[in-house]
Amino acid sequence: MIIQTIAFYAFAAVTVASAVMVISARNPVHSVLFLILAFFNAAGLFVLMGAEFIAMILVIVYVGAVAVLFLFVVMMLDINFVELRQGFLQYLPIGALVGLVLLAELVMIFGSWIVAPDSADRAASPTPLLTETANTNALGQILYTDYVYLFQVSGLILLVAMIGAIVLTLRSREGVKRQRIGAQISRSREDSVEIKHVEPGSGV
Amino acid sequence: MITSIDLFTILPELILAVLGMALLMYGVFRGDKAVHSVSWLAVGAILITAIAISGQSDSGQVAFKGQFIVDQFSVFMKWLILLGSALAILMSLNYNEREGIQRFEYPVLILFATLGMLLMVSANDLMSLYVGLELQSLSLYVIAAFRRDSTKSSEAGLKYFVLGALSSGMLLYGASMIYGFAGTTQFDKLATLFTGPNADPGVGVIVGLVFLLAGLAFKVSAVPFHMWTPDVYEGAPTPVTAFFAVAPKIAAIALLVRTMVGPFGELFDQWQQIIIFISIASMLLGALAAIWQTNIKRLMAYSSIGHIGFALVGLAAGSEEGIRGIGVYMAIYLAMNIGTFCCILSMRRQGVMVEGISDLAGLARNQPMMAAALAIFMFSMAGIPPLAGFFGKLYVFMAAVNEGLYVLAIIGVLTSVIGAFYYLRIIKIMYFDEPAEAFDRSAGREVGTIMAVSGLFTLLFFVFPTPIVGAASKAAAVLFSAAG
Repeated sequence: MIIQTIAFYAFAAVTVASAVMVISARNPVHSVLFLILAFFNAAGLFVLMGAEFIAMILVIVYVGAVAVLFLFVVMMLDINFVELRQGFLQYLPIGALVGLVLLAELVMIFGSWIVAPDSADRAASPTPLLTETANTNALGQILYTDYVYLFQVSGLILLVAMIGAIVLTLRSREGVKRQRIGAQISRSREDSVEIKHVEPGSGV
Repeated sequence: MITSIDLFTILPELILAVLGMALLMYGVFRGDKAVHSVSWLAVGAILITAIAISGQSDSGQVAFKGQFIVDQFSVFMKWLILLGSALAILMSLNYNEREGIQRFEYPVLILFATLGMLLMVSANDLMSLYVGLELQSLSLYVIAAFRRDSTKSSEAGLKYFVLGALSSGMLLYGASMIYGFAGTTQFDKLATLFTGPNADPGVGVIVGLVFLLAGLAFKVSAVPFHMWTPDVYEGAPTPVTAFFAVAPKIAAIALLVRTMVGPFGELFDQWQQIIIFISIASMLLGALAAIWQTNIKRLMAYSSIGHIGFALVGLAAGSEEGIRGIGVYMAIYLAMNIGTFCCILSMRRQGVMVEGISDLAGLARNQPMMAAALAIFMFSMAGIPPLAGFFGKLYVFMAAVNEGLYVLAIIGVLTSVIGAFYYLRIIKIMYFDEPAEAFDRSAGREVGTIMAVSGLFTLLFFVFPTPIVGAASKAAAVLFSAAG
């Protein structure tokens, strides 16, 4: 138990600290790297909660794809972040005001919030107890059976996304030099090497 | 597990998906030479799907653990959607060839968009609603930007994509609120949850419902979620605009009706006020903002916003009669819009498309047939009897009056009078202004035929309205027999 508590505080502290660094680091590349650190620690928190599937997805999707994409964008685009931040303080009062109003509204809404007491019992696929089965297993059991329709349609959506990316970007350009492997390996020694007899002392 | 009942229920969609993928492979191997054959085969695929749909039973059949439903309502709406898609493919044949954007992906993407719309209409669960909607929207974003060398078309695609993603976000947020507070996403279970004497939906469900409505209102481009419509309509290639104006609108309206009347039927008092507001706002904006337009595609965008406002009057009534009105309205709207866009597609002068309203000047003297057709569509859109558009409005307004929504009906009539101004202005420009240079007569046989057929439909609807009105009232009846 004590180890779990220590792990929780370690993960939580690092998450918060790196999140602060994301918005305060001067160098945008450092920001993205801190973001990755924050994701990893959040994944650790999920593991502590017993939600190992979300932890895996967080690492694979957010660290593996999204953060790397950010890194590419930050490195490839020449954006002067110092300049972007210049007018920041000027908008602070109005931004703070909007934030305060939103906060007050949220407090009012959540104060009078009622959850239907039996909503958990009505769930179409109730979450099994952690002691019975791990949640990756539980998801796998319904994803390809109860929800096979949704799964297949999601596949179609991805197919359309692929077609769309190809339609909108693929161009067949003229005059591109391509590698012709057949021509390369069918060259013989006689085609490509020529022996010249150079007289001594005269140069080529 | 998938049962044979599941497969049989979803058979038309399955056929369309498989044929779409087969056509994609055929196109990939044959290259852009095969555009013509892919397009005609796509129309064939839609035809086969339509036949499969008409072979289905009319009584509500639920499949995939209640995620998918087939009933008279979905069959009626699917017929309209398939008709709109097939016509959109045919209308694009000549245009794409002339504009040099002839690519086989176009009919394939329209097929996938159509598939998404069919899934939307048959959705019986918030999750299947979302996947259908997303399949449709993603295909539409791509074909909006289909002329990728034009800045306007790319802008249209990008704008549609960004705002569409925003609306999907709102819709998902609403759906997750509903799931969190009701504990289920399935329409039948949601409906039973809100019935009974001590049913309390709770504030969470209402907040979720409002977000869901905002997301769906974006898809039908109802005010105040209409901002994207004029720009996207103007920027997208004209046959794509024609497609946008009909099929996705019909699908989204059908989805809106099913979601509101089905699972949230008992919360009528909560959503009726929202529907009344967006209906009035759409009618007003459609009537007023269109007056200053000089581009005919933008004008059609505002006109479609107005039409959606009129159709929503039927939903605001919330009665079986109102839903029947929506069915009839959408069928007539399909014919009028397809016809008008055929006329717009014929506006080509010396090989270049023109889109200004002033370019129509004196059309009656140069091309009397086309001018007559366009005049029929404009009179019909303005709602002048005995053309079809009048009956569409009549059915929804009667439903509103019978439910005691007098103010809504009066505002509807007033805005359609204002709207008549700009429709009649087009007729005045065509018949009484000094003729401009004549258009090329080269829009293609398909466009001419579609224009003639839809013109005849609009003109002669009042002679035999029974097939459409009968089908629409059956479709409306099934929604209410299930809900109540």
